[in-house]
Amino acid sequence: MEKTTSPTIEHKQRLTISNLNFYYGPKQAVFKLNLKIPTNRVTALIGPSGCGKSTFLRTLNRMNETIRNTRVEGEVLLDGQDIHSLDVVGLRRRVGMVFQRPNPFPKSIYDNVAYGLRINGYKGRLDDLVEHSLRRAALWDEVKDYLKKSAFALSGGQQQRLCIARALAVDPEVLLLDEPCSALDPVTTAKIEELMFQLKDSCTMAIVTHNMQQAARASDFTAFMLDGHLIEHSETSKLFTTPTDPRTEAYITGRFG
Amino acid sequence: MSSPRIIWRKSLNYVMLTLTGVAAFAVVSVLFLILGYLIWNGGTSLSLNFFTQLPKPVGETGGGMANAIVGSLKLLFLAAVMGLPVGLLAGVYLAEFGGKTFSFIVRYTTDLLNGVPSIVIGIFAYSLVVLPVKHFSALAGGVALGIMVIPITVRSTEEFLRAVPGNMREAAMALGASKWKTIATVVLPAASGGILTGMLLALARVAGETAPLLFTAFGNRFWSQGWGQPIASLPVMIYTYAVAPYDDWHRQAWAAGLVLLALVLLSNLGARFILARSKAV
Repeated sequence: MEKTTSPTIEHKQRLTISNLNFYYGPKQAVFKLNLKIPTNRVTALIGPSGCGKSTFLRTLNRMNETIRNTRVEGEVLLDGQDIHSLDVVGLRRRVGMVFQRPNPFPKSIYDNVAYGLRINGYKGRLDDLVEHSLRRAALWDEVKDYLKKSAFALSGGQQQRLCIARALAVDPEVLLLDEPCSALDPVTTAKIEELMFQLKDSCTMAIVTHNMQQAARASDFTAFMLDGHLIEHSETSKLFTTPTDPRTEAYITGRFG
Repeated sequence: MSSPRIIWRKSLNYVMLTLTGVAAFAVVSVLFLILGYLIWNGGTSLSLNFFTQLPKPVGETGGGMANAIVGSLKLLFLAAVMGLPVGLLAGVYLAEFGGKTFSFIVRYTTDLLNGVPSIVIGIFAYSLVVLPVKHFSALAGGVALGIMVIPITVRSTEEFLRAVPGNMREAAMALGASKWKTIATVVLPAASGGILTGMLLALARVAGETAPLLFTAFGNRFWSQGWGQPIASLPVMIYTYAVAPYDDWHRQAWAAGLVLLALVLLSNLGARFILARSKAV
């Protein structure tokens, strides 16, 4: 079914997904998916709407478990450990997530970033970590004088970077981004992409995107999904220039999807 | 030139606009008529004495309803302590945890409870609290009002919790929060203004209830001797004074009505204020 050019031999794998099936009730949404997500690289997931890429992304931090009547089969290894054997709280601390629409809490900017630390019982100096996280999300300079202000006072792009800062505060090894720019304008999108580039030093990222230019610009590896199947996975430059599967080619040249 | 058809349409439009406008005006004016009538009839009896003195014995003029004002507040306190937590938690259950069938039953029962005539709830509290100890008490009145507070609180809590966007819950859970932690630290705070408003409105609604108090809290012409003893309340006082054959009592009943309405209006305004502020966050 899939043609994986094993592009990741030279890299360490942060996540190794084997034979992953996912079901919403009786309806299967992800079929026998195998994928390796390399450490400190950006992996983009592309494919038409409803192809299961968001569903797949949400299996990686077990967010789908919050939806009733769903079932997952197969293995997802995070640094060699199956995530289904891990405590879900600990897993989600290690695998953070940023959503399609900015979803800050109705709290102050500071409290938003500190939230993950507080609920995880962090006892150290919050101030330093809040600042550090906001700096990593390239938001510190814009908000440092308004930390006590409501997060809702920020613009959409700032809110999304705040959500990234909030996810980064607990220092995750992996950051899952579910179409993080689809509600943002091009300038703000560029900022987020720049940010992802900087985060590569310390963080493994998987990004779901509808925007193929974004996948081409911001990712190192790209996986193309169709109807719940992984069709092709290789280095981004290779996938977009010389795709091996005709369906991939059809999709990236805009013939469907 | 306008055809008869168009003239007919235009005039129908005009007539209907007028009718709806008159109806809307009637709705607004009822409240102001009541308020004006209360001020007209009760304003003169409203003095400092009304708020600080006990009722005078029959035949003497003057005196106040200090005991009834305090009594009403005590009864509302009891109703709040007994009804609000149950209503709040049940509302949380419906909005956050409930499965299909059981939630439907709870929701339906809540609506039925909301529709139970207040006097029936009074009888229930009477047989539950008054009969076993064989005397009326503030506690019994509190139970009756507390029961009435529950359905309103449940439904408003559920409604405001549902209004909290689901993506906030996701955000909290993606950070490793458990379901309950998500509710306690994100969802409830986000809905707190609305929930508080619902609670205030529920209390304001039962503040004017008379029927369930008649044979539970009963009434008292003096200060209540404790939670286990009969207690005065403004609505019952209004009832007693309004049907008495003394002009002075009639005036005081009007004044009590004015105070009660002012209390309810104030808590409504307070609720709106809280809601407006919480939305601004």
